[in-house]
Order: sequence, then C-alpha cells, then structure tokens
Amino acid sequence: MDTYTNKSEKPKPARSALYRRAVLDAFRKLNPVSLSKNPVMFIVEIGSAVTTGLTLQALVGQGEAPAGFIGAITVWLWFTVLFANFSEALAEGRGKAQAETLRRARRDTPARKLKHPQRDAPSEQVPSTALRRDDVYLAQAGEIVPADGEVIAGIASVDESAVTGESAPVIREAGGDRSAVTGGTRILSDWLIVRVTAHPGEGFLDRMIGMVEGAQRQKTPNEIALQILLAAFTIIFLGVCLTLLPFSIYSVRAAGAGKPLTLTVLIALLVCLIPTTIGGLVSAIGIAGMDRLIRRNVIALSGRAVEAAGDVDVLLLDKTGTITLGNRQAVAFIPVNGSSEALLAQAAQVSSLADETPEGRSIVALAKEKYDLRAPSVSAGGNTYDGMTFFPFTAQTRMSGVNFNGTEIRKGAPDAMFDYLRQHGQPPPAALQTIIEEIAKHGGTPLVVTRNGEPLGAIHLKDIVKGGIRERFAQLRKMGIKTVMLTGDNPLTAMAIAAEAGVDDFVAQATPETKLQLIREYQAGGRLIAMTGDGTNDAPALAQADVAVAMNTGTQPAREAANMIDLDSNPTKLIDIVEIGKQLLMTRGALTTFSLANDVAKYFAIIPAAFASTYPALQALNFMALATPTSAVLSAVIFNALIIVVLIPLALRGVPYRAVSAAQLLRDNLLLYGVGGVIAPFIGIKLIDLTLVFFRLVP
Amino acid sequence: MTTLGIAQIAICLGGLLLLVKPLGAFMAAVYEDRRTWLDPILRPSEHLIYRLCGVSPTEEMNWQTYAVAMLVFNFLGIGAVYLLQRGQGFLPLNPAELGAVAPDGAYNTAVSFATNTNWQNYGGETTLSYLTQLLALTTQNFVSAATGMAMFAAITRGLVRRNAQTLGNFWRDLTRSTLYILLPLSLVLAVTLVSQGVTQTFAPNVMARLVQATQTTSGELVTHQTIAVGPVASQVAIKQLGTNGGGFFNANSAHPFENPTPLSNLLETVAILLIPAALCYTFGKMVGDTRQGWAILAAMLIIFSVFLGIAVWAESAVNPIFAQLDIDQTLTDAHPGGNLEGKEVRFGIANTALWTVATTAASNGSVNSMLDSYMPLGGLVALVMMQLGEVVFGGVGSGLYGMFAFVIVAVFIAGQMVGRTPEYLGKKIQVYEMQMAALAILIMPLVVLGLTALAVVTDAGTASIFNPGAHGFSETLYAFSSLGNNNGSAFAGLNANTPFYNLAGALAMLIARYWLAIPMLAMAGSLARKKKTPESAGTLPTHTPLFIGWLVAIILIVGALNFLPALALGPIIEHLLLGVGV
Repeated sequence: MDTYTNKSEKPKPARSALYRRAVLDAFRKLNPVSLSKNPVMFIVEIGSAVTTGLTLQALVGQGEAPAGFIGAITVWLWFTVLFANFSEALAEGRGKAQAETLRRARRDTPARKLKHPQRDAPSEQVPSTALRRDDVYLAQAGEIVPADGEVIAGIASVDESAVTGESAPVIREAGGDRSAVTGGTRILSDWLIVRVTAHPGEGFLDRMIGMVEGAQRQKTPNEIALQILLAAFTIIFLGVCLTLLPFSIYSVRAAGAGKPLTLTVLIALLVCLIPTTIGGLVSAIGIAGMDRLIRRNVIALSGRAVEAAGDVDVLLLDKTGTITLGNRQAVAFIPVNGSSEALLAQAAQVSSLADETPEGRSIVALAKEKYDLRAPSVSAGGNTYDGMTFFPFTAQTRMSGVNFNGTEIRKGAPDAMFDYLRQHGQPPPAALQTIIEEIAKHGGTPLVVTRNGEPLGAIHLKDIVKGGIRERFAQLRKMGIKTVMLTGDNPLTAMAIAAEAGVDDFVAQATPETKLQLIREYQAGGRLIAMTGDGTNDAPALAQADVAVAMNTGTQPAREAANMIDLDSNPTKLIDIVEIGKQLLMTRGALTTFSLANDVAKYFAIIPAAFASTYPALQALNFMALATPTSAVLSAVIFNALIIVVLIPLALRGVPYRAVSAAQLLRDNLLLYGVGGVIAPFIGIKLIDLTLVFFRLVP
Repeated sequence: MTTLGIAQIAICLGGLLLLVKPLGAFMAAVYEDRRTWLDPILRPSEHLIYRLCGVSPTEEMNWQTYAVAMLVFNFLGIGAVYLLQRGQGFLPLNPAELGAVAPDGAYNTAVSFATNTNWQNYGGETTLSYLTQLLALTTQNFVSAATGMAMFAAITRGLVRRNAQTLGNFWRDLTRSTLYILLPLSLVLAVTLVSQGVTQTFAPNVMARLVQATQTTSGELVTHQTIAVGPVASQVAIKQLGTNGGGFFNANSAHPFENPTPLSNLLETVAILLIPAALCYTFGKMVGDTRQGWAILAAMLIIFSVFLGIAVWAESAVNPIFAQLDIDQTLTDAHPGGNLEGKEVRFGIANTALWTVATTAASNGSVNSMLDSYMPLGGLVALVMMQLGEVVFGGVGSGLYGMFAFVIVAVFIAGQMVGRTPEYLGKKIQVYEMQMAALAILIMPLVVLGLTALAVVTDAGTASIFNPGAHGFSETLYAFSSLGNNNGSAFAGLNANTPFYNLAGALAMLIARYWLAIPMLAMAGSLARKKKTPESAGTLPTHTPLFIGWLVAIILIVGALNFLPALALGPIIEHLLLGVGV
C-alpha cells in the first residue's frame, strides 16, 4: 500500500501498431464535422481545400500561379492538418489500447441475482446487463463480479488486476472501508453478497473506459479559455490577410508594377500566421495529460479536476499512511516508581501476546530483542493460553490486557489508564505523567502498562515518518503549496510529527467535521484544496475539496464523492497529481508562446516575397536571404507544418516540471519557448530554403 | 541627438514622473470617496450637482447599469452636439452668421467629441459658432475625459472588490472626475500658460498694419492682417489634460498663441501624459499594491522611450532628397540639423519628436508640427503608437483599461507557463474574462484594416487621397488608425471631410470607444464577483521586471502581427524607396 512502485504491467501495444492506427486516424479526422471543433485547424482545412481547387485550375492552364507552386503549397497545407490530426490520434491511441484491455474485463457475465440478501435465498441467473441499482447478487470463487456494488455480507479475496494492474489479491468484506467491489474483477476464494450501486454502462469500469478512450473527454476550463484566445488571433489574422488583398491592389496601382497578391500566397500567409502549432497540438496535450495520470494508475473522473490539481494551494494529508508509515513501532520501555525496565518489558510482552496489530507485534519484538524474552506463541484466533485470559481492545474500555495466575496486566492510552488507576485507588503518579508528556513531545504515542492496579511504566510507540517525505514537502513549499497534516493524535504528538515531517501546519484530534470545516475555511479564503480519503466518513470532506482523491480500496461513498481514484491506493500520489496538473497547463502555455513567437520570422519570410513584384525594395526585410519569393513562401509553409511534428513528443510528454517558484519557472520557460520561439523559425526556414535550392526543388 | 535635446526630454519625463505619485494618490482618494484637501471648497457644489440632477450618488450599480448610464449619457451628448451644430444658424452667439453644419460632418464631429477622439474635419473659425464651440465642444472636452476616468475607476473596482455585484456609481464617478481632477488641473495649467503668452481674452481679433504691404495673386493690395485671439488658454489646458487634442486654432499647438515658448511646450507635453501616467499610480493605490501600478507605468515608459528614440533618430537624420539638392542639414552651432520641414524652430527636433510621440501614445492628437512632412520612419512611429491600441498611456482612463486587456492576455499565457490557472491580483482569469479580453483586442485591428482596405479600393475613398503612391496609403492608414483608436491625430494630405470619411470615421470612433469599454466593464463585473486567491510562491508575480518585459513583448508582438504587412506597404516601403533615392 505504501510503495512508490509504478505498476506498468498493463499490456502495451506494439509501437508500430500504434503509429499505424494513428496515421489512419489522422486521415479519418479530416472529416470537417469533427475538425470544426478546432477553429484553427478548421481554417487550415478550408485553406487546403481552396488551394486544391486552385491547383486543379492551374493544371488546366488558367492558374493564378504555376501549378507546381500552388500544388506544393497545397500538399504542405494538407500535411499541416494531417500532422495535427496525427498528434491527436497518437495521444488517443495509447488510451484506446488500454481501453480495449479494460473492455475485455467488462464482457457480459452471468450474474446470480438473489431475491433477498441471504446466501441461501432463491436466485435466478441473469446477464450482468440486466442488473439494476439496488439489485442483490451472489458472487462465488472463480466468478467474475458482474457489476459495481457494495458488499453486504461475506468476505472474499478478489483479483482486481483487470482494473488496477496489481496482481496481489485484495480482501473485500461487508462493512468497514473495504466494502466496494468493481465489476469485471474476479473472486478468488469464498463468496460475497453484493448490492448493485450502478446501472449497467455506468459502472466504474465503464467510466474508466470512457476516460481513457477520450470519448468523454470534455474540454477543461483553461483549454476553452485558450481556444478563445486562439480563435481571437485567428480572426485577427483573417482580417489581416483579407485586407492585404485590397492593399496590394492599391499598391500595384500606386507603384505601377507587379501583380496583386495571389490567393495561394494569401492562404499560405494566413496558415503561417494563425497559431497552428498550438492549435494543432492543444488536443493532444490534453489527452496526453490524462494519459499521464492513467499511467500513474490514477483515474480522473473529470478533466476539470486535473487542471484544478495544478492550482491547488493547500494539501490536506492524513498523517497515517501518507506522512508516516501506517503502523507505529515500540522503541522504548520506560519504567516508573521503582519498577525495572525488564519487568515492564515482560508485562508489556505478555499483555501483547494476543495483540495482532502491528503495534502489538512490535512490542513483543522489542521485548524479545532487548531482553531476549521469548514469548510463548499464541494462536491468532484463540484468546486463552496456559490459563491466560486476554482482554482485547474495545472502544468502551480503551485498553487491552491479560489475566493469569491472579495477575492482572493492563495497557492502554494514558487517559483511559489513569481512570483505571483511580478506580483502583491509585492516583496516577506525577513521574508517570512526566514520562507520558516527554514521549508525546517527541512525537511518540505513550501506552501505560499496569500490573494489579499498580503502574509499571510506559511504552514509547513511535510514528515512523516516511523516508524522503520531508524533501517533497520542501519542494511543495517552493511551488507555493501549503501542506497540512490531519491526525487524530493529541496536539503535542501532532506537533512533534509535524516538525519531523516538515509540514507547514497540522490539525490534531481531527474529526470528519473538523476536516470539512477546515476545507470550507480555506476555500472561503480563496484557496484550492486537495485531499485524499478512503473512509465513508471522509466522503463529505472529499465532496467539498476541489481535488479529491479516493483510494481504490476505499468505500463506495468515498469513491463517489471523489473526483479522482488512485488505483494503487497510495496517498502520497497526491503530490504527483499536482505535478501532472501543472505540467498540463505549462505545456499549453509554452507552446502558445512558441507558436506566437514564430510568427515574427514568418512575416519576414513572406512579406518581402509576397510584394517582390510590386516593391522590390522590400527585399531589405528579407533578413534570412531566402533564395526566391517562391522558395520563401514554400519554406515558411513547410516549416509551419514540420514544427508540429517536431513538437509532438513534447506535447505528449509534457514540459518538464521542476519544483521552483513561479517567477523562476516563468523566466526559464520564457527564455526557452519565447526567445527560442522567435529565433528557431529564422534558422528553420533558412535551412528549408537551402535544402529546396540545393535539390533544385524551386525555380 | 544634441545634448540640449536629451536634456529637454529628460526634464519633461523627469517632471512627469515626479508628479505621478502625488496626483495619483489624490485621484485614488477621489475614487475611493476619501476626504481630500479640496473637499471644503468642492463638497458643497458636488452635492448641489447631485441634488439638481436628482441622482443618488450612493446608489451602487452593477456593470450593466453602469454601462447603460455611461451609454445614455454619451449618446445624449452626441445628440446635443449634433443638434447644436445643425441649429447654430438660429441660435445666439453667432457673430459670423455661420449656417448649419452639413449632416455628415456634424455627426462626425458629435461622435468625435463624445468619444474623446476630437478628430476635426472642419476649420473651427469658419464652421462653428461661439455657442457651438462653448456649449458643445468645451463641455465634451471635460465630460468625455471624465467618462473615460469613471470607466477606469469602475473597472479597477472590479479587481479590488470580492464577492461583490457592483462597481460604483457612474454619476458620482463622472462628477468627481470633472470637479476634483479635471477642473482644478485645467485652472492651474491655463493660468500658467497665460503667463507664457497664451491669449485669454474675449476681445475681438486684432488688426495689424503690415510693415510692408503685399499683393494677393489677383493684384489686390494687402495692408492689414487680422490676428486671431480669443479665450485660448482655458481651451488648451483641457485639450491637453483630457487627451482631447482639438485645438482652438487650426494650426493647433504649432500656433504661437497656443504654444508660444519652449516652457509652454514643456508644460503642454507634460499635461498630455500627466493624467494617464498618474492613473497608473491611482490603480496601484486602489488595488492595495502600488508596485502593480508602477509595473504598468514602467511597461508604458519602455515602449514610449524606444519609439521616442526611433522618432528622434529618424527626424535628426539627413533627408536624402534634400541632400541631393545640396541643402545643408548637418548639425552645427547655428543649425539643429535633421528634418526641420514642418517643424517650429522654437521647439527643435527633440521637443517636436517628443510631443508627437506623446500625443499619439496618449490618444491626444494635438500637434506642434506637420506630421505629413516627417521622415517615413518618424511618421511610422506616430502611426505605430496609435496602432498599439492606445494603451501606452492612451486616453485618460481608457488607455489604462485598454492596457488591462493586454495585461489579461499576458497573464493568461504566462500563468499557464507556470502551471496554474492564470490569475491577476488574486482574481482568476477564466473563460469569461478571456472572451471579453479577446473581444476588446480583436476589434481594433479589424476596424482599422477593414476601413483602410475599403478606402483604398473605392472611388469614394481614393478621391480624397492627395498624394498617390505609398505615401497616400500611409495617410489613409493613419487616418483610420487615428479614428479607430480615438486619437484624433491627423497626418494631413487627406481630405477627410467627405461623406465617406465622415461616416466611416464616425463608425470607427464609436466602435473603438464603446466596443472596448463594454467588454472591459463586463469583465470587471465578473471579476468583482470572484474571490481573491492569496498570494504564494506559486503565484505569477505581476510586478517584476520579467513580467514588465513580457507585457511589453505581448503588446509589441500583437501590434506588429496586426499591422506589419500594412506598415510594409506604407511607411516602410517609403523609407526604403527614399533610401535608394527614387
């Protein structure tokens, strides 16, 4: 549960198959109906269609320019559209392959529908698609779980690898935090009675398939805003190019030389100017961002949440499992009132013999390691051994212990134990209180041990902070993200762990209500909150948080309240999610900057060429010394198409994210994509021009 | 450039910067309804105005109500100015017995003054009666400026307020802008200008006997000259301060009675830039972070300085055509050098170029020289300053809220690059804000380029072009760049008082003014409703040199992308052709 291991066991389609399919899809996406959703590329397609017509016209001998020139422009304009389609198809392809694997798991399975929720109730065999919400079914060893649901009776081990890629089986049982089952998973042993929670086609697997396929991919808010900006630039450049025709007519008349601009050159200029680079890649960037999440085994149930992850200001992190390893370990026995350490250790060990919790086991182990006390083995299920009577921990007594040979050993939380001592006419000694405070101050959890109503001392249980977590919090701080630790511990303990882990703030003795309250307070202050959760009592807070990640092992209410589900159930992954969200936005911003910066060079290539016959003096602006007007226009168009291909890997991989301040990120990205975006096309267009001339491809 | 020239520019801009903080802080107090030192004198009249007009100054308006109030006020203004021009023949204070102004011309002038463009297609003394000048134009000089400032105040409140529905009260903002800012400043400037020799009199024109009699072309003997005077100083003051630009005399501020001395020239240049520059500080003060205001002012100053440098350099250069004629243009002790054609020698190259860059940058449009005689690159600078969208200083109020549209775009792209939903001053820039910013930015180039295209291919348009060739194209482009950005500056060489130019021009002015204002107001309405995100290390800083540089780059790149092809066919090719001596 706490591993960072990236499970990449999911079958990966062969690369060549992926590319082959993407190429086919690129042509399929030429359909104007689907392309019209992307205004920038739609304009390019219209332009391509017009120049295709002009080429045909030229071929029959009435062209505005040589057929070879118009034809070459036409071919490269179509390539521009195809390259953009290809990037989108390639991004989708990876998800599609994954969706197919998932779909295989969702095949129609028979379900044993029960009349009422009892194992021996009369049942009928129905196809899984006939199951409706609140129906009850029985699933037994070897069967496929037919629909999403909540376990209401039974316990079973389940192979969820079809969904999570994790081959180790998991336990599903009624009640508690492990009660949700997912359709398409396989029961390995025992049986479960499950109440259906989703109609057919709306199950978790269906939603997951929809997400990875991109079928349900809705444009995210920032993407829509960007599309508006790109559309605005496209409209402006349409105006610039349309008015250039009358301007050139006037200029020809004024200069008494040359010919007005051809439609081909105008369309070439338009396509070069409108932001085709970002316009062509924007869709691929979005899909690839989702895909990155999926490969980290996180399913985002809304694209909005992925973007919101990049905006998060505050991370609410549960102490247990996220900041510390799930279990505490005994590290010391501290005697009190003349009792010896060995005596305390022995009493502690005996009282913990039947304690199967990691804490209990660590007490036994420490006693053995320190004092070589060999514990008599106790069967896991039994609560008696050699005349010993064990009292397990209950919420009422809040202590556990053992009675044997007239000796009564008890251990428990200090406040419960103090009550117990007072009942035995023993006021808790001041020395014990000092010890307890000392342990708490160091971030430990004290357990008080007594024998026959007499305090022996305290056990120091220590939370083990995960390795490397402190560094990650420091990174988050640099990114401007505040980390808040939530814990049920008392303030003193919480403070010590908070200090050790390096979180910015903590909330001790947190309840579901305080979590919800805390989120609302932060949100009222204008902050965006991310949190993880798995229990049903986390659901209200998850629903309120802006980015809510539910553990896949969590309960159904938690999974429904969340907008992301982590299949690995690794709470630390929240930090990865934030980085992926930021990367998504950064990639879009960087390519927008690059795309706009490119235009400067394209102007200097096309304007002198376009008016070469009217105003030869404008050659002074031909800084790149491009060979001929034909070569200049063609080189700019080719560069404009090729740059899309060159940037596909960056769009799919994303701009690398580093945990530095916003100011530093902006400086670095502006330098790379802004300044680089101005310079790169000057070099690129010149190189293409040299190539065209070298191979005598232009007159 | 001469040392004197550098000193003149340094004194002007230095003096301007010294005034930014005190005036800016004062204006912030005016818009935040805090007490100012003028309150004892002005408070009673302010309340009297509200009572007379029957407005409740404390009533808060949402953006729609604010926009409607602004539009109603402005369109009533257009109607009044139009009717006064059409009916001046029947009205008093018309000693020259001037008849009604033609409908298209009257309409153009009415729109021109209401939109703070002050494009003049008429000769004042031969077209308009005193009543029209006084009641129609002077009033609009004040209230069109005050409208821009009120809009600025409302839009800024959108960034300041949180979870709010309203942006203030238009009538109060309008009244306070006029009463507390424009009137006192105009008074001070007018009195100072009088000290320099600017006339301020109601006496009739002066008749002077010529020292040497002369003859007209028809052989008539001329012995006397009529020297026009009038209440000039008071008009000049608001013309400069309110970025209006419509002069009392036809020669505008090249006329010695409007702008007699280098000192009056200095004061008037500062007055052009004063309120737009100081409003940047007002903005910073109102949003509670003066660094934000200084950052915007810095971006404006950087662009301003670069283009000022180009203009001074271009005008100081030798005109190759004069050089061929063996005309000495070199810099000597007795001769300032450079292109002095169309310039006043009492100002020289530096002061003239400074004025021209200031007047085109700040949407003023007044002139102290003849732009048509500039070197091509000097003219290009004036053209570009307007084509950047009048956001480098720009009109009072309108320049700064036009700048906000560019800030939003800059923040949007930069914000993405740091991996967060972009935000400006804690307000998230989302779909609606982008829509409004896009509307504000895209309309100007479409109007300017579209109408220029229409003019250069239709007979109605080309008939007015006196200079054929690339220069004629520059003139037409200049006219629509000026109208489409509410500047009002004229290049000359184009007869714009024709039905085509009057109507097309009026359309350009209306769109430029209100199509920009309404989306920005709508954006402010949306921003006011939002929460404010607290600043953190992940927040994009918008006051650093890096962001200032990025903002400058966005403004220049958008401007260049919009107009580079058109400029190439106008001033740029003129320059290149001049270089090869055609």
